[in-house]
Amino acid sequence: MSDSSAVLEEETVSEPENNGILSGHRDQRDETVPAWFADQRGAAWTQFQSLPMPARTDQAWRFSNIAALDLSPYRISAPVSEEDAREILHRSTGLNETAGRLVFADDHLLERSIFSEKLRKTGVIFQPLGRAMLEHEELFRRHFMSQPAALGSAKFAALHEAFVRSGTFLYVPPGVEVEWPLETFHWLHAGNAAIFPHTLVVAEEMAKVTLLEHFHSTNRGRSGFSCGVNDLIVGAGAKVTYICAQDWSEKTLSIQINATTVARDASALNLHLALGGKYSRMESLSRLAGEGSRSDMLAVAVMDGSREFDARTLQDHGSPHTASDLLFKNALSDRARTTFGGLIRVEPHAHFTDAYQKVRNLLLSDDAEANSMPGLEILADNVRCTHGATSGQIDEDEMFYLLARGIPAPVARHLLVGGFLNEVLERLPDRVLVEKLESLIAAKFRAH
Amino acid sequence: MVKETSTLDIERNKGDFFYPETHTHDAGIGLSEKTVHYISDVKQDPDWVREFRLSALRTFLSKPMPTHWASKDLENIVFDNIRYYLSGGVQPKRSWDEVPEDVKRTFERLGIPEQERKFLAGVEAQFDSEAVYSNIKKAVGEQGVIFVGSAEGLKNHPEIFRKWFGKVIPTGDNKFSALNSAVFSGGSFIYVPPGVKVKHPLQAYFRINAENFGQFERTLIIADEGAEVMYMEGCTAPKFNTATLHSAVVELVALKGAKIQYITVQNWSNNVFNLVTKRGLAHENAEVKWIDCNIGSRLTMKYPGVVMKGRKARGEVISIALAGDGQHQDTGAKMVHAADETTSNIISKSISIGTGRATYRGLVHVPKHLKHCKNNTECDALLINANSRTDTYPAITVRGTGNAVQHEASVSQVSSEQIFYMQQRGLSEAQAMSLSVNGFINDLVRQFPMEYSVELKRLIELEMEGSVG
Repeated sequence: MSDSSAVLEEETVSEPENNGILSGHRDQRDETVPAWFADQRGAAWTQFQSLPMPARTDQAWRFSNIAALDLSPYRISAPVSEEDAREILHRSTGLNETAGRLVFADDHLLERSIFSEKLRKTGVIFQPLGRAMLEHEELFRRHFMSQPAALGSAKFAALHEAFVRSGTFLYVPPGVEVEWPLETFHWLHAGNAAIFPHTLVVAEEMAKVTLLEHFHSTNRGRSGFSCGVNDLIVGAGAKVTYICAQDWSEKTLSIQINATTVARDASALNLHLALGGKYSRMESLSRLAGEGSRSDMLAVAVMDGSREFDARTLQDHGSPHTASDLLFKNALSDRARTTFGGLIRVEPHAHFTDAYQKVRNLLLSDDAEANSMPGLEILADNVRCTHGATSGQIDEDEMFYLLARGIPAPVARHLLVGGFLNEVLERLPDRVLVEKLESLIAAKFRAH
Repeated sequence: MVKETSTLDIERNKGDFFYPETHTHDAGIGLSEKTVHYISDVKQDPDWVREFRLSALRTFLSKPMPTHWASKDLENIVFDNIRYYLSGGVQPKRSWDEVPEDVKRTFERLGIPEQERKFLAGVEAQFDSEAVYSNIKKAVGEQGVIFVGSAEGLKNHPEIFRKWFGKVIPTGDNKFSALNSAVFSGGSFIYVPPGVKVKHPLQAYFRINAENFGQFERTLIIADEGAEVMYMEGCTAPKFNTATLHSAVVELVALKGAKIQYITVQNWSNNVFNLVTKRGLAHENAEVKWIDCNIGSRLTMKYPGVVMKGRKARGEVISIALAGDGQHQDTGAKMVHAADETTSNIISKSISIGTGRATYRGLVHVPKHLKHCKNNTECDALLINANSRTDTYPAITVRGTGNAVQHEASVSQVSSEQIFYMQQRGLSEAQAMSLSVNGFINDLVRQFPMEYSVELKRLIELEMEGSVG
């Protein structure tokens, strides 16, 4: 990574008071954010308070560990020290070649780098939220929090909107193809820190871009809370690849809410890699809004200890001749739990839909638990929809084969699990991305 | 309008007639403790049953409607407008000649006595709240098989009845099982002694004749060790303008090595809310198989289940649903694995026609520390028209290693190439369509006894008429 050209910029949003997030809304008095933004946050806070906490009887939270959602310990934290910032930047190792990157710790911007001259010339905007809302107010406002959180986390989306202060705004003008992936890092640093990372990607007509986001904890023993929203708006004929790679500490509570809107003849690919967290939930909604649009929804979860991964998805077909393809794979050991609740919804008149949904669970221990709820709601005709869910374990013959060749059992196990997960990663369009994610998974295996 | 036919007819309109009511017992409209006492008095319930009913009523009243996941149509049930008990007498007749004339005519029009003569080992016919006729072939009776109405079972065989009654489906299982437990009347009680294999099916026929009526039959079937039995039920009601409620509870107990097959052909008229709880308990090496065919009703919510309690127990649900205009068939299966080496299989096929909506809702549960459990689920849906709807909502929980669970579902329509091919060979579009649909469910229909499968095919042809073109 060429960090020589790294430019450290100041985040424009001010420092918060150091109190718990449930104690109330902060920086109403903040004069550095535009008035409309402050108003919107105020309204969101009111909404957060009025919405009920999820209950197990809500279909959207069936099988979820509701007890994990206690928000009382978490607080907004102060900027990290210069020394810590250097350390964090040093640890923020991503791809070898990227067009630009943003690094945040506890919601404070540490670095913004643009490595590609072309990016500036073609009018691509890759900015932290605070700056984007001032410099590109009209564009930003049009899309900011414009997608609904329809999969159960409306309350957390309101919380996010009430507290959001940093994140990424990525705008790609019509016809511009960004050659290298862009990259961001979000770190949880202070104990019990709460962060609200926001990502807004707008790809105009025929644009093409890839964004890889890393979510980490600096200290594996520290607790924290991340409540993120990432919205992708994919214009006609555009192509967006979005990867969220999460390796939180085992005491982190995380909720990540995604909404992707795909216009005519456009395609979106979402990949969610979940390696850490105590309880991590991802909600992903793909809205196939234009004719000929396509969405690929992928996820890989490697869960151990008593981690819980809770995934809820919706493939919402709103136009004819649209396609969606979902593939989620979970490898579970120790007392880990996963829940998958997915729905393919084909609206009336969305004829000639192709929709697929597949979830596969690999159970590696007797105490692991996998819950699958693959759903279909078909209101149109001339559709091809299938879904499948399987739960099983490592094939004993395959294991025997490797052991017979002198490969130690733990290594053989990692090889087989790696092979199982690889089918998902291989769907990525770029070899470099596949290798990066493979190395993250391998590092997780090595840690055991 | 009514065709002569030699088999049990499940033709849609055949049941659409009714006779004036001549009930001697009527619990009135609405539900209260008074209603429950009335039913208990008429039926001369023992004290424990009266207590059971009253406690179930409290459970019913305290439970919310399952509206957070279920169809909003449930909200249209007005419990205060329903009549909970209607009968012309509580003793079923053993001989067909003793059955009151109008009731006899009802069942003769539906072809029941003929059925009995032909191929059944026993028949029970329920008219509104009570069984009017119940008979078992002498040879079967001599083997020690008990086949009576539930009221009779409760009175004459309390030692077997009480042991299992309410044990497979507890009162509080859901709001409608609680309702049934409060006001149940009618239904069958079957006991098959160890080792007895009943060769021919036993059959019950349920008929609703009165308007605004709720039928709450309660069936309990116990197959003792190594016994085998097949039970078939059919149902019809005339088409009134107001909604009718049918809410049954069916409990099956298959002891070690026993086999129970339970076949339902549900053809209620399309003003009936059909909200039924059905569950079987399979002990070691036992098998419970539900063949569930839903054609009628306005809204059906029914998910037959099997709890596999003993090692190597097997559970199976074969489900066929046909949702025509204005109908919602919300059906499925529940498989609870509770012992090692248990296997379950769910095959569901649904067809949505016109504005019909077919929903598969399933549950598969494999708890931890079980070994070598297997589940296979297949759900296929066929959509006939552009405004037809189908949904699939399975929930699968698997804990631990050593088990294999797979679920697959697909949604498709009749391929235009197939239709074109058949039209080229001189079939009309409707004929071609009906042939395709029959092909879609053919492998399941073949699992029905012959008499049923022929009728099923004919019914589908009738349903398909006018759905194309």
